[in-house]
Amino acid sequence: MNWESWQAFWAMGGYGLYVWGAFGMTLLCIVGEIGLLRRHRIQSLKRLRRMQILDAQ
Amino acid sequence: MNWYHYASPSTFYPLAGKLVPWFAVLAFILTTVGLYISFFVAPTDFQQGEGYRIIFIHVPAAWMSMFIYVVMAFWSAIGLAWNTRLSFVMARALAPTGAMFTFVALWTGAFWGKPMWGAWWVWDARLTSELILLFLYVGVMALQAAIDDPRRADRAGALLNLVGVINVPIIYFSVTWWNTLHQGSSVSLARAPSMAQTMLWGMLVMALAAWMYTLAVALARARTLILDRERRTEWARAVLEVKA
Repeated sequence: MNWESWQAFWAMGGYGLYVWGAFGMTLLCIVGEIGLLRRHRIQSLKRLRRMQILDAQ
Repeated sequence: MNWYHYASPSTFYPLAGKLVPWFAVLAFILTTVGLYISFFVAPTDFQQGEGYRIIFIHVPAAWMSMFIYVVMAFWSAIGLAWNTRLSFVMARALAPTGAMFTFVALWTGAFWGKPMWGAWWVWDARLTSELILLFLYVGVMALQAAIDDPRRADRAGALLNLVGVINVPIIYFSVTWWNTLHQGSSVSLARAPSMAQTMLWGMLVMALAAWMYTLAVALARARTLILDRERRTEWARAVLEVKA
């Protein structure tokens, strides 16, 4: 076990800013990419539906 | 096995749809295990203390940034040679994820460089060539977004992809060709890795997680791109009926 307490875990031996800054940005990028991908998909499906409605008229 | 069968958008679309959740679940499990090793199993480094733990994302992200570019160039070459639509779609689907990993490699590198070198950024060969890789990814995406005709956009982007692939060996060998501040590789096929076993395992599990994530995201993006392109076809209309 590396850590004696949660406090020690978050402090990362004084490197907290750098370690969490690196891991945090990575998490942000992954969440952002998945969010954009989902938005793209919803928009594509919406357009497909609109086209179908127009065709039916 | 008839590969042409799977190269048809209408067969690829549902197949990719079945694969995406599996890769996503694998990515999630591997990330959880990888993070556990990174923070709770891997020991404190005797030189860099806890600061070295950035390695567990920095190295996998940097590997992926180069690897995705090569795969993208491969699909571009196939597309240009045989004019296969799906190859271009795959190349396009990989670009944003590759750019994301390149950015992550640069960012985590900066957050590692600051405490260890005393600088967020230096213009050494490794860092500069990795920055050029980011510009290549962004350049390919911008070029393709700027051309209205998708077929012309595909070919133009693919050409830029192929020209840019020369940068990948430059990044890889930069630490041996030039005198860089960036350290040489810690992991090599030619010799035993110069790090603790658990550190190495943490890195490999995280790299595998990055692979699974890339597969899931790129296949999902390819599906949406295909749907956009095939929106006038019968089978694309049928997708809605299944959904509704």
